[in-house]
Amino acid sequence: MRGDAHTDAATLASVARPASPLAEFWRDFRRNSGAVFGLTLILVMVFIAIFADMIAPYDPAEQFRDAFLRPPAWAEGGSSRFLFGTDDVGRDLFSRLIHGARLSMIIGAMVVVIALGAGVALGLVAGFFGGIVDFAIMRLMDVLLTLPSLLLAIVIVAILGPSLPNAMLAVSIVVLPNFARVTRAAVIGELSKDYVTAARAVGASRLRLMFRTVLPNCLGPVIVQASLGFSDAILDAAALGFLGLGAQPPTPEWGTMLADSLQFVERAWWVVTLPGLAIFVTVLAFNLLGDGLRDAIDPKLKT
Amino acid sequence: MIRFILTRIGLLIPTLIGVTLLAFALIRLAPGDAILLTAGERGMDPERYALLRHEMGFDRSLIEQYGIYLGQLALGDLGRSAYSHQPVLTEFLTLFPATIELTMAAMLFAVVLGLPAGMLAATRRGSVFDRATMAVSVAGYSMPIFWWGLLLILAFSVSLGWTPVSGRLSLTYFVEPVSGFMLIDTLISGEKGAFLSALRHLILPAVALGTVPLAVVARMTRSAMLDVLGEDYIRTARAKGLSPLRVIAIHALRNALIPVVTVIGLQVGHLLAGAILTETIFAWPGVGKWLVEAVRRRDYPVLQGGVLLAASVVMLVNLSIDLLYGAINPRIRHAR
Repeated sequence: MRGDAHTDAATLASVARPASPLAEFWRDFRRNSGAVFGLTLILVMVFIAIFADMIAPYDPAEQFRDAFLRPPAWAEGGSSRFLFGTDDVGRDLFSRLIHGARLSMIIGAMVVVIALGAGVALGLVAGFFGGIVDFAIMRLMDVLLTLPSLLLAIVIVAILGPSLPNAMLAVSIVVLPNFARVTRAAVIGELSKDYVTAARAVGASRLRLMFRTVLPNCLGPVIVQASLGFSDAILDAAALGFLGLGAQPPTPEWGTMLADSLQFVERAWWVVTLPGLAIFVTVLAFNLLGDGLRDAIDPKLKT
Repeated sequence: MIRFILTRIGLLIPTLIGVTLLAFALIRLAPGDAILLTAGERGMDPERYALLRHEMGFDRSLIEQYGIYLGQLALGDLGRSAYSHQPVLTEFLTLFPATIELTMAAMLFAVVLGLPAGMLAATRRGSVFDRATMAVSVAGYSMPIFWWGLLLILAFSVSLGWTPVSGRLSLTYFVEPVSGFMLIDTLISGEKGAFLSALRHLILPAVALGTVPLAVVARMTRSAMLDVLGEDYIRTARAKGLSPLRVIAIHALRNALIPVVTVIGLQVGHLLAGAILTETIFAWPGVGKWLVEAVRRRDYPVLQGGVLLAASVVMLVNLSIDLLYGAINPRIRHAR
């Protein structure tokens, strides 16, 4: 009896109280199986990235002189010693891919933090001040958007010099306009709403209006953009690595690894196929997550 | 309409100025001495250095230098390559047809497959076909082109031997470059088999480059069709007793095409970015490969010109799409 009363009360409470925004979001998000798949993949990637030292059987730079271009364990001639085989100088591919996951997560996170910080700030200022400030900022963004993304990144690296930090900075500048545009559009949409007028009327300072009143309500599209920006970052950084303009060997960055072993592609398919597969799966995971977030947070943005 | 065209062109002017400023700054921000970089010489004696410095105008104020740069641009002078010492514009124009040929073939591949796939998916919303198309589309969108291109080479060139690995034409043929488009040049050359050889060289790079646009076009077509299919005039057309095929192919498609065409136009920037990778993998002698080589050779005049020209191409295409859009849809033309 007591137990039943308890359940009834719980049911009543859940009916009476509207679901919290987070619960509502999770309900919508969970329905999208692709997005859940993407999120799961990302969680696995993050786990691998954090515990790379423990998961990887060998040091990513360690060379085994007795095992050049060994095929993966499941292929003919492979052994359980090297799960994914070895590259042309006898390094364990599995260990390198694991450490590459860590690098890719760092690249994605750094790029999104830089681009989001600067982009949101620019978009906020442009949307808030309007007029000449808005015009100047948005035309600058137009210039960045007019250049084909990879070409802009290449030019920036050509000026700064090829290295992983410079590649990350270049990719940040490439994806930055997306954040600025999305934020500006959201800010302009919010500014005409009653709650903003109310906050103004009671004398909220401009900074308070910008950061406390308006910005939290613009975060939906920014979060979606962050997920898509993450995948762009990993893809573009890998492309720069592939062109020899990003991370330099022997760094176990996936794009660089792929470019490094290009000449062995016909003899040893695994040295090229597996790093590319890692890039593809990671980028796919973030795109799936981004799509799911967009559908759950803001159905209007659905394309 | 004229007013609409003029406003649209006017809107481009600040962007164009921004791009020239960026190109102007590039060579001055590059590591090393701008004069040595521009001349492409090393170990110059001080007299020649001073002479060049004066000739190139580096002894003037930055504003004067920018003015001179704009003046040269107006005359079509984009400087000379520090590597080959050829005019940058000439090199670009020689290589650009190869890139156009590749990107057009890629776009054709994307549209021919993406449009019907998106339409079918929309008319069968929620079906297995719809889900499969959308899954493949996300996958295509996430594809690292440089890896995808290599997989295609491994499968079709190395294993099956169906297509050549690289280049635009096999070495057994020599074709006079008339238009710069290999498919056209081989046709008018009248050499037997040359056209087929050019076509076989084109297929794999076009598929590699066209995969991302294919995914975008399929997705966009599907969502545009879904929007249109919910409109009243579609219900009216159905109520009139028109066949489903007619309703979809004539009434719905025509209106769904407008956003799709816009998206196709917006793909130009992505195509050029993708061409950089595709041309590098397939040794395709186009603008993308040229730019990558310029970075490796530290050939900054080529990079400077390449940036400006690539941006101009993107702006021109976007402008044409904008104008086309305005011509089709009066609501756009009269807004603003």
